[in-house]
Amino acid sequence: MKIVVCIKQVPDAKDVRLDPVTNTLARDGVESIMNPFDRHALEEAVRIKEEHGGEVVALSMGPPQAEAVLREAITCGADRGVLVSDRGFAGADTWATSYTLAKAVRTLGEFDMILCGKQAIDGDTAQVGPGLATQLKVPFATCVQKIRSLQEGRVDLERMMDDGYDVVRLPIPCLLTVVKDINEPRTPSLKGKMKAKKAEIRVLSAVDIGAEAECIGLAGSPTRVVKVFSPPPRGDRTVFTGSAEQQVDQLIEQLRKYI
Amino acid sequence: MIKETAREITEKKVIPMRAELDEKNQFPTEILRDMAKADLFGIFVPEEYGGFGGGCFDIVLALEEMARGCVGVATSYAANALGIFPVLISGSNELKEKYLPDIATGEKWAAFGLTESNAGSDASGIQTTAVLDGDEWVLNGTKQWITNGGEAQIYTIIAMTDPSKGPRGATMFVVEDGDPGFSYGKKEDKMGIRASATRELIMKDCRIPKDRMIGRRGTGFITVMKTLDISRPGIASLGLGLGQAALDEAVTYAKQRVQFGKPIISFQAIQHMLADMAIQVEAARALIYAAAKHIDNNPKSMSKASSMCKVFATDMAMKVTTDAVQVLGGYGYMKEYPVEKMMRDAKILQIYEGTNQIQRNVIGQELNKEYS
Repeated sequence: MKIVVCIKQVPDAKDVRLDPVTNTLARDGVESIMNPFDRHALEEAVRIKEEHGGEVVALSMGPPQAEAVLREAITCGADRGVLVSDRGFAGADTWATSYTLAKAVRTLGEFDMILCGKQAIDGDTAQVGPGLATQLKVPFATCVQKIRSLQEGRVDLERMMDDGYDVVRLPIPCLLTVVKDINEPRTPSLKGKMKAKKAEIRVLSAVDIGAEAECIGLAGSPTRVVKVFSPPPRGDRTVFTGSAEQQVDQLIEQLRKYI
Repeated sequence: MIKETAREITEKKVIPMRAELDEKNQFPTEILRDMAKADLFGIFVPEEYGGFGGGCFDIVLALEEMARGCVGVATSYAANALGIFPVLISGSNELKEKYLPDIATGEKWAAFGLTESNAGSDASGIQTTAVLDGDEWVLNGTKQWITNGGEAQIYTIIAMTDPSKGPRGATMFVVEDGDPGFSYGKKEDKMGIRASATRELIMKDCRIPKDRMIGRRGTGFITVMKTLDISRPGIASLGLGLGQAALDEAVTYAKQRVQFGKPIISFQAIQHMLADMAIQVEAARALIYAAAKHIDNNPKSMSKASSMCKVFATDMAMKVTTDAVQVLGGYGYMKEYPVEKMMRDAKILQIYEGTNQIQRNVIGQELNKEYS
């Protein structure tokens, strides 16, 4: 199995501010960490490698300092790290990022699986995973909470839903985005730390991955942030249980209160 | 790097679990597996056997961090090192090749079998015997209060091979979990370090292959003494980590607790207690680090330095944890706060791996030799 794990360097959520002019996140002077969901994706990839053999490649798009999260990924079991970095990528939204990552993945060659965190804690869009899968024309599943089995050519998994989970079978290659429940990430090992210190992080530019200038960075990004607000909290929910008839009775009883 | 890794596991895995492990008298199997995955079991194993080739100082650093979380968990880790030291120190290359790689990965754990009901501080009272029968050694006897008993897979056991020769008639062996005639007795219910497993080892016509002998016949005592010389700074370090943890709790509490309209840390009575605690902790740290570095230089004699740091740091841990309970007052006495457990855990440090009275004997004897 060759597994690519997409990792984003994000500002530590303990210390987040918004830029008052652009309404985007102000990243200056804020400590950077590995996106927590990506850490779970990485752990799952390393577990798959330990069971089935293969290679785990950590991939990140970001400024040169994003190299740090790739080294960190190596301490946790990734075999190597690849950084896609170019001034031209600056200002990329999820569309341009998906395009860029897809170009990078193709540059890296064949793969069996791509694992991503379900979303990054800075942008919180959850769009890059599905966007990347669409660009690569591979099937995807989001919010994966468990990989049930992995066999030649297919993977059976559980997707977390609001009430319970869906069981899904996907052909390989495919892309999965994972939730935190999928595993508990390990503590970086001493051998991993030593390896990470010496590791060479391959850096790919826009030219290296053959990206079109008009598709990357701000130029390739249709998104404009108009307004940032906290969504209103969800109302109370009630789950009806029992037979279909009982559930209908309960529903009618609830509705009567409003008549 | 070792310190950082040990600290991360302590903060993420040990501290959230310690009260439950203590209450349930539960062995921390999962935590030890996490430590193994992070390569912490390999730090003292030579590189040719898959470890990092670290020494006493590396172990001391790791144990200090672990003990900040839970001395019970840290003791389980330390007992593994203690258990395999005899093989490292005196074992044949075959024994090293057989056991050390599994220790380095944490695949297998070790335990050290010295104490018996009539042989504690007086190790010469050992009654377990080993008799050569063809190609096998036959062991008979019972070891008592063995840390990691029942949990480890590899046991280093001292037994009398020539009882008439006294201490020179003792030899060390490796006994494996599952060997015929080898079983476990009762698990002890202890005052502190309740996460660690303390159990009897019973050998009843226990037959092991001839090549499981560690070193030459009759060298058991020398191996035990060398093992303890190297391991004692580890126990000292448990005291250091524990004392540091108790100090951290006491200072944090004293800054929050308001009486007479002020945080209690502003009262000189409390400040002086905290200052004395901090002095003791720092002094112990300096002594332990110095002793560990001394030992890693492979000196002719290391007993005095090793015993000194064990006595000082573990007496310090008892005092500092007791004072931490005092600073926290009524809250300190309650299980809701971690300091009462720290105080219970501290007591064993003055007792095991040679009581602090025995350590003072060792120091006295060494002084006597030095000034002769």
